Amino acid sequence: MQIGNGTLAITAVLTGIGLVFAALLIAKLISPKSFSVKKSETYECGIPTRGESMIQFKAGYYIFAILFLIFDVETVFLYPWAVIMNKLGVQGLLCIGIFLFVLVMGLAYAWRKGALKWA
Amino acid sequence: MFNFGIWTSEFNNWLMGLVQHDWLVTLIECIIIAVLVLLTYTVLALFYILYERKLCAWFQCRLGPMRVGKWGLLQVFADMFKILIKELISLKGTDKFLFALAPYIVITSSVVMLACLPWGNGLQIIDYNIGIFFILAVSSVGVLGILLAGWASNNKYTLIGAMRSGAQMVSYEISLGLAILTIVVFAGTMNITDLVMEQEKAWFIFRGHIPAIIAFLIYVVAATAETNRGPFDLPEAEHELTAGYHTEYSGIHFGFFYLAEYLNLFIVSGIATLMFLGGWMPLHIPGWDGFNAVMNYIPSIVWFVLKAFFVSYIIIWFKWTFPRVRIDQMLAFEWKYLMPLALANLVLMAVFVALGWHF
Repeated sequence: MQIGNGTLAITAVLTGIGLVFAALLIAKLISPKSFSVKKSETYECGIPTRGESMIQFKAGYYIFAILFLIFDVETVFLYPWAVIMNKLGVQGLLCIGIFLFVLVMGLAYAWRKGALKWA
Repeated sequence: MFNFGIWTSEFNNWLMGLVQHDWLVTLIECIIIAVLVLLTYTVLALFYILYERKLCAWFQCRLGPMRVGKWGLLQVFADMFKILIKELISLKGTDKFLFALAPYIVITSSVVMLACLPWGNGLQIIDYNIGIFFILAVSSVGVLGILLAGWASNNKYTLIGAMRSGAQMVSYEISLGLAILTIVVFAGTMNITDLVMEQEKAWFIFRGHIPAIIAFLIYVVAATAETNRGPFDLPEAEHELTAGYHTEYSGIHFGFFYLAEYLNLFIVSGIATLMFLGGWMPLHIPGWDGFNAVMNYIPSIVWFVLKAFFVSYIIIWFKWTFPRVRIDQMLAFEWKYLMPLALANLVLMAVFVALGWHF
């Protein structure tokens, strides 16, 4: 009897959770505990933190996240094609060429609009 | 090659005869697998910490750790014990739940990826028919842990570190995926065992000509960025950000990020080995029968591990050769050079496959 891949994947996930849990438990049992007001401050860079830290952040990262979304989904679409490329031959090549052309146009547009510039 | 599947099915039959219950057998086998994975994980992480410290030292004409044990071999055990007995400081103003959740995500994703790597014929745990795709999917989950760690820490430096890490890892993931895709086009399968079996006569890096070599180079660069190492270690740039996204973690909490980082180094090296360098297949040179016969005597596990260590060596080498890049340079390098190159390389490989210009 073979164990299914799903079961094995769940086993691996549980192993990871178990590893963290067990190590934390051991550390909690044998590590010292003490409390002081200064110690529970965040370290940051040594001086006291000013204001909130969970703040709105630079929009530059957001643009790259959007670009990533497009290209990552594109990569997902390419995988099924990649597996049967051997059998499709030249026809498959032409079809995917059109798909990639549209995508590259998208990248060129983003580039031209200055989305790739870090300002 | 020797098939380890024979051993495991023998063991399975023996256990079936002993216990007689399907669910109990499955449970026992799952526990054995979990223990084996944990052992491999810890041993590899410990080995990698020593490996990197020694290599770094040698690159800088130092000796590295020498005091604890012979040649400092026991240093990592001392470090691990030290990190376990450090106090876990609970901080004011952090998001407690997300702060605690982050190490779980980071570690779990690397454990699942480790379970997908075959160490020999039939010596792997998770064997999906979309194996390599599954690994890529799991590897993107790891980014979440880093983002959460930076966000939940209530610290602006960790936030910057996490944002940089997120931008970097998602960007380079595209090049990584395209480099792997190039090999999938060539091999026509995503199952890792089949991919390795295809390389029995010659490794993909030799069989695939120029596109495979370019894909390998792209993969190594993207993998360096994916593991936040080498010239791309911006998320942890200690001169700017103290220690990056894990500044506020103490004791074993920090240790988890440290472990996962080293394991990820092994995993990306392992994938490079499987995709380009023949996995657990021995090195064969056509025509040299004596040489090939000698190579066949070296066990497959040794081949896989040595190749993975070799790729890791190159990635560690990068760190001591190139200065750290700036964030804008790093993103521009990916989106303006590496990704278009990877796309062009993919098309080139597709042309080669369509026209049959390969071995």
